[in-house]
Amino acid sequence: MRKVVIPIGPQHPALKEPESFSVTLSGERIMAFSARLGYNHRGIEKACEERTYIQDVYLVERICGICSHAHSTAFVQAVEEIAGLSVPERALYIRTIIAELERIHSHLLWLGVAGHEIGFDTLLMYTWRDREVVMDILAELTGNRVNYGINTIGGVRRNIDASEISDILKAMDILEERTKYYIQLAKEETTLIKRLSCVGILSHEDALSLGAVGPTARASGIPRDTRKDDPYAAYDKLEFKVITDDHCDVYGRTLVRLGELMESYKMIRQALKEMPTGPISVKAPRKIPAGEAFSRYEAPRGEDVHYVKADGTDRPERVKVRAPTLANLQTVAKMLEDRQLADLPIVIAAIDPCFSCTDRLISLREPKKPDKTLAWEDLRAYSIEWYRARGIDFTKVNRKISRRN
Amino acid sequence: MTRPGKMIRLVVETFFKKPATTLYPFKKVEMPANFRGKIIFKPHLCIGCQMCMKDCPSGAIKITKLPNKKFECEISLAKCIYCAQCVDSCPKKALESTKEFELAVLDRKNLKAVFSDDTKETSPE
Ligand code: SF4
Ligand code: SF4
Repeated sequence: MRKVVIPIGPQHPALKEPESFSVTLSGERIMAFSARLGYNHRGIEKACEERTYIQDVYLVERICGICSHAHSTAFVQAVEEIAGLSVPERALYIRTIIAELERIHSHLLWLGVAGHEIGFDTLLMYTWRDREVVMDILAELTGNRVNYGINTIGGVRRNIDASEISDILKAMDILEERTKYYIQLAKEETTLIKRLSCVGILSHEDALSLGAVGPTARASGIPRDTRKDDPYAAYDKLEFKVITDDHCDVYGRTLVRLGELMESYKMIRQALKEMPTGPISVKAPRKIPAGEAFSRYEAPRGEDVHYVKADGTDRPERVKVRAPTLANLQTVAKMLEDRQLADLPIVIAAIDPCFSCTDRLISLREPKKPDKTLAWEDLRAYSIEWYRARGIDFTKVNRKISRRN
Repeated sequence: MTRPGKMIRLVVETFFKKPATTLYPFKKVEMPANFRGKIIFKPHLCIGCQMCMKDCPSGAIKITKLPNKKFECEISLAKCIYCAQCVDSCPKKALESTKEFELAVLDRKNLKAVFSDDTKETSPE
């Protein structure tokens, strides 16, 4: 049969994010799949170098709207390590509680999106209604529904008081009951099981060799979880299981996320009970001494990595971010090999991708000589030529602008 | 959930429940007590140290000196990300977060708040 290459994107039909896929089809079968990023490069790493550390906390928080706490915690952890600050115990517990609340809201969101992708919109309505419970708690604790701004270098900015603790506990009870219902649904509802089983298969070996992280890896039977492997914040004091599953498909990923929700409720209850009293932050210097640090964090989507290099001034010399989606994206091509086109939306959605967070660097290649990169001046000259060839000349406008300056 | 009849109970139950959504613009939504909304400025407390300007991640706040040791504060509502870092940075508690979040306006020129007098906030018309 003749092969057809179809482009999907840059607007994903289901996830409202800009990325582009090129899918080679033979009939309805996917022969090859490749993803192209770079549609939402925001230059955040470079922008971090231009701002002070305290301003950067709010900037890195905006890398992702859903795992905003993940990015800001990973960043402040790295800065605190360079500065040699010892963060008060209570602050670590508060960070952990917010992190788990964030995981709950992210996983409930994912469950809804997954339901939507398979045409099970009732599930979307149900989970997103329940998600409001945790969003309200986050707004109450931190002052905002997203981009919590709870972290600061040296601790957290807001304390948790007794009435807030009782509100959290109440919310956990409601959500636990709802999640039990969803687990029952996932185990009994035949349409859901049939639609998700054997879709997007990623074997244990493939997951290992492609370096999958987060629920994608755990659903292929790899017990990989930064919270256990390299505990940060208060995770070393909490009891929890790393949920794994060996279905190796989208159904397994659903079960892992549902299981993690139950673990999160347990961890939040334990953290609230064992949270010590005391200060919530230490004073951080404005100028961070020279040094470098690497920080890992288990975001809802997988391991998030931040690298910070300080040079003794009040601004970082280099900030490098690797969002979990970048690690998981390579697995999608494997999962889709020789599968039906109709499975594409749910398989992509099953890694819970965040494409804008993944966009870190673009390198510009000359169209005819792909091994030559274009510098800023080359790019400018190229664009002027490109327009001139089409009869548009910017020389006059340029002169006008330069005269005004 | 293998039997289709199992759903009937849920359907009937839902029929008598209140909707999960609220009629937002008609019914006001209350934000929690320490919500990080619009920032207000208290001129009599400000000493003009400009720490708020230095720490603001988006360059939204501007403090200018007026005659007779008074200070004026201008916050761009478009640039502000409502992080309340300025509130934390201010040594004199001259800035405060409020619960106000409905800040949309029809004209871009009105996207700023100017505080120069203790009693009133002037927004340009
Ligand atoms: S709330 Fe944040 S962005 Fe807004 S003025 Fe204050 S520091 Fe600047
Ligand atoms: S930090 Fe406070 S006292 Fe200093 S200029 Fe800003 S508002 Fe005034």
